[in-house]
Amino acid sequence: MKIAVCVSHVPDTAAKIVIGADGKSIDPTGVQYIINPYDEFAIEEALKLKEKLGGETVVITLGGESSKETIRKSLAMGIDNAVLLKDDNFRDSFLVAAALASEIKNQNAELVFFGKQSVDYDNSIVGQMTAEILGYNCVTVVVNLKIEGNKILAEREIEGGKEVVETSLPAVITAQKGLNEPRYASLKGIMTAKKKVIEEKKPAAGSNKLEILAMKKPPAKQPGKIIGTDAGAVPELVKLLKEEAKVI
Amino acid sequence: MANKILVFIEQRNGQIKRSSFEAVHLAAQMASKLSTGVEAIAIGNEIQNLEKTGGYGAVKVTHYKNQQLENYSASAYKDILAKHFIDNNFDILIISNTSLGKDLAPRIAVKIDAGIAMDCTSFSYENGNIIATRPVYAGKALIDVKITSNKKVFSLRPNVFAAGTPTDLQSEIEVKNVENPNLAEKVVDIKKSDSRLDVAEADIIVSGGRGLKGPENFKLVEELASLLGAATGASRAVVDAGWRPHSEQVGQTGKTVSPSLYIALGISGAIQHLAGMRSSKYIVAVNKDKDAPIFQIADYGIVGDVFEIVPALINELKKIKGQK
Repeated sequence: MKIAVCVSHVPDTAAKIVIGADGKSIDPTGVQYIINPYDEFAIEEALKLKEKLGGETVVITLGGESSKETIRKSLAMGIDNAVLLKDDNFRDSFLVAAALASEIKNQNAELVFFGKQSVDYDNSIVGQMTAEILGYNCVTVVVNLKIEGNKILAEREIEGGKEVVETSLPAVITAQKGLNEPRYASLKGIMTAKKKVIEEKKPAAGSNKLEILAMKKPPAKQPGKIIGTDAGAVPELVKLLKEEAKVI
Repeated sequence: MANKILVFIEQRNGQIKRSSFEAVHLAAQMASKLSTGVEAIAIGNEIQNLEKTGGYGAVKVTHYKNQQLENYSASAYKDILAKHFIDNNFDILIISNTSLGKDLAPRIAVKIDAGIAMDCTSFSYENGNIIATRPVYAGKALIDVKITSNKKVFSLRPNVFAAGTPTDLQSEIEVKNVENPNLAEKVVDIKKSDSRLDVAEADIIVSGGRGLKGPENFKLVEELASLLGAATGASRAVVDAGWRPHSEQVGQTGKTVSPSLYIALGISGAIQHLAGMRSSKYIVAVNKDKDAPIFQIADYGIVGDVFEIVPALINELKKIKGQK
């Protein structure tokens, strides 16, 4: 089976976000970029399935030259092949999904993994959109996955529990933390990844349906009150919560 | 009529979710800005109180009914919703950004060829244009966005928009029976988790961090939460250490929350955690370290030992409850 994993290159979650000069995006100066944390679960699941069922894995990324770092990381973990859909311009989720769908079709992959959301724009929609464009089934926020023959049984996280979803291939699965324990790249993996060829392609252009007008910092919170330094402060805290905040 | 608005009403076990009333109310406000009207759609089997959506501003609800649609089926829901939207010439779809909404909305956007803005937390209107504001980088920044296509989908963060005080108006209900729904994707079972409340839906959250020193001490967090009718949350550090389940993690690789009250116990406030809870209405922090970053965003702080403060807080709350 051919398995594709779509990954993205995002600012480290520990990064401080500073608004850039254009007022619409972040200032990348000094920001460390990493593989999107949820994508590591997607890669691990693809590798586990390949080990079990055989076949081939391919990582697909849409982004600029720097995304190659994240691709190399995926290859070092054990992914076989890599495609970079090279584009430095802003694309809305619709256009990202369209480009990915077209490459997945080209690769003839019948199972596709994504992270459940990328930690930059936090949309959590590209996986579902890609599936819809391809006409594939899709289960999101998956924490447990079983594939037997054509049949898929996936558990997805919902408010206060999990839904067990039954569907079939071809399908897109978006991975949530808890699905597996992502492996570390071995030294051999890292060496092999360095030598692998990343196929570069130009994704089809299109027009965005979403325009970013401005990016801004959230309103600053007023520095709070320190009420006290021991249990003696507790009655005052309860009083404030009842009478000032009116939340209890 | 241009800009016709459709609101998706989400039900679980036949009960309408509170966030759907928030969505109807927001849609009614949007409709008055755009001089248009609001209708709603619900999918399920028996659904209670559908007529009440009228009190929040929906003139009509179309109820697509079939026993097999009681639980979520992405394939069936998207087919029904997209067809209803197109056949009735709607322009705007409003849906809650719940786990179901997040799963469904992007598929609909593709099917109806609409631009989509997810997890919106506020709206403004300029010359008939809708400007949506939404958090990015887990709330470290906000973006203002405009959808440029004719058809538009907006998902709303739950707990952010007020549902308002409903009027006595009832919406007209039209029931349509669904024949042979497309069950290519189908929920066959639901496993409820042990904790009563989910952090994503709770009005009060009591969270614990490494300052609790061990998983066994989370009984303090649980007891306080239970007294307040709150959900229990956790920092990434304690989830990674295996003390608490990931479903409780608040922050950038967990859940972003905005309850009325957030109580952080023994949480120093890593940037990822602060991003996920800073939009809470009131924040209380208890931590030994007076320089912990959590105190910079806490409304009320106590610098002290959680093992001393929390039991005192529990006692104080019990006293008050006893008085009532």
